[in-house]
Amino acid sequence: MARFTRGFTGRRREQDDRLPPGQYDTGRSWPVLNAEVTPKLETATWTFRVEGLVEQPTTWTWDEIRSLPPSSFHGDIHCVTTWSKLGMSFTGVSVDSLLGIARSQPSASHVMAFAHTGYTTNLPLADVTGGKAWIVWQVDGEPLPREHGGPARMIVPHLYFWKSAKWVAGLRLLDHDEPGFWERNGYHDRGDPWLEQRYQGD
Amino acid sequence: MTHGLTTPTATASDGQRRCDPLRTARVVAVTPETPRAKTFRLAVPGRDLHLAGQHYVVRLTAPDGYTASRSYSVASPPDPDSDQIDLTVERLDDGEVSTFLHDVVEPGDELEVRGPIGRWFVWDGATPATLIGGGSGVVPLMAMLRLARGTGRTDLVRLVLSVRSPADLYYAAELPGPETTIAYTRSAPADAERGVGRLTTDDLAPSLLDDATVYICGSAGFADAASELCLDLGVPVDRIRVERFGPTG
Repeated sequence: MARFTRGFTGRRREQDDRLPPGQYDTGRSWPVLNAEVTPKLETATWTFRVEGLVEQPTTWTWDEIRSLPPSSFHGDIHCVTTWSKLGMSFTGVSVDSLLGIARSQPSASHVMAFAHTGYTTNLPLADVTGGKAWIVWQVDGEPLPREHGGPARMIVPHLYFWKSAKWVAGLRLLDHDEPGFWERNGYHDRGDPWLEQRYQGD
Repeated sequence: MTHGLTTPTATASDGQRRCDPLRTARVVAVTPETPRAKTFRLAVPGRDLHLAGQHYVVRLTAPDGYTASRSYSVASPPDPDSDQIDLTVERLDDGEVSTFLHDVVEPGDELEVRGPIGRWFVWDGATPATLIGGGSGVVPLMAMLRLARGTGRTDLVRLVLSVRSPADLYYAAELPGPETTIAYTRSAPADAERGVGRLTTDDLAPSLLDDATVYICGSAGFADAASELCLDLGVPVDRIRVERFGPTG
C-alpha cells in the first residue's frame, strides 16, 4: 500500500498514456545529465566500431556510416531522473543495419555500448535489434548538439535514456551480461521504464 | 579521444549493488538556507549509510495514488552513529516536488525516501579532492567538506564555490574557512578581496591539489565552463567527475 503524503494532491495530473509510471513531461526543455566532461569530437577523426562476437569486426568513418541507409525514430524518451520528452525525432542508421554488415555470431547474447569518453552501458542483444536501436546524428532535423552526445549517439528509446550512450564509439558483442558504468554504480541492468527498473534490485 | 571513466574506489562489490527499498522518513527539522533553499533533516530508521556525494529520491503520493519523485543530494556527512540525513532543496517555482516540500512540509511529517543512490560522484574521505560548485550545486560538495572537517582531513579538500550574491550562499555560517574560496558573480560583500565576476583559472589554480580528483557540480552550463577551466589548467580529463543539476523541480 502506498503511503499518502500529507497535503499532497499533485499539481500536474497528466493522463498522457505515453508517460511511464513515475515520469513527467519535461515539455520543451531537454535536460543535460552526464558524469564526465563533455568531449569535443571531430567528425574528421570520428569512428564507430562493431566488435566482439561478430563474423566481421567493422569500423566505420563519419562519411561511411552516413552513407548507409538512413533510418529514423519518432517517439518518446524517458530519463531515470523522472523526466520524459515526448514526440522526438531522431535520424541516423539502425543498429540492425550495422549488425547486418558485422553479422553477430550465434553465441552473442548481450552488447556493451562504449563511448569515446570511456562511458559504457550494457544491453541484451535483443534490445538493440529488431528496429529498437539507432546510431543517430540528427534530432528534430538538426545536427545532434555536443551536449546531447554529438556528433553521434546511440538511442534505445524503449529503455531509460542512460542506455542511449552519448558520444558512442561502438558496440562489443558478448556471450554474457556484464554491468556498464551506471549499472556498476547503482542502476538497473535492463532499465525498462514501464516496469520502473530504475535501480539495482528493482 | 583516449580518456576514460574509471570505476571509483567506493564502488561496492556486486553483492552490495542492490538499492535500498523505499523507507518512511520523519521530518525532524526544516531550516532555511536562503530565501529559496531549505534543508530538511530526516530521520530514516534502518537507512544504509551514504557516501559523501550521494543522493536520495523523495517520493510524494497523492490520495488517488499519483506519485511524483525527485532526487536530492545529501548535505550531511556520513555518520555511522546517526540515522539522520540532511537534504537541501532549492525551490523551483514550477517544481511540483520542491514547491510542496517548501510550502507544505513541516517537522513531524512523514516522507517516503529511497537511497542512497549513485556511486560515481562520491568521495571516499581519504584521497585529495578539489570541489567546484555553482549555486545549489554546493550541496553534495558540502557533504564532502563536512566529512573532511569532521575527520580532521581538511588537508585533502579544497572547495571553490561560485554564487551570485551573499544572499544566495548556502551554509553561510559554516562554509567559509581556510579550505574554501567563494567567487561572487553578481554582488559581493563589501569586504570581499575578490571582485565580482565569473569563475576564472586564477580562482581555481590555488585549489587544485596534487593528484586530486575534481568534483564539479552545478548547472549544465556551469559544469561545462568549470570543466574547461580545469582542462586549461592541465587537469587530466579522467580526473574530473561531473554532476549536473537539472531544473527538474
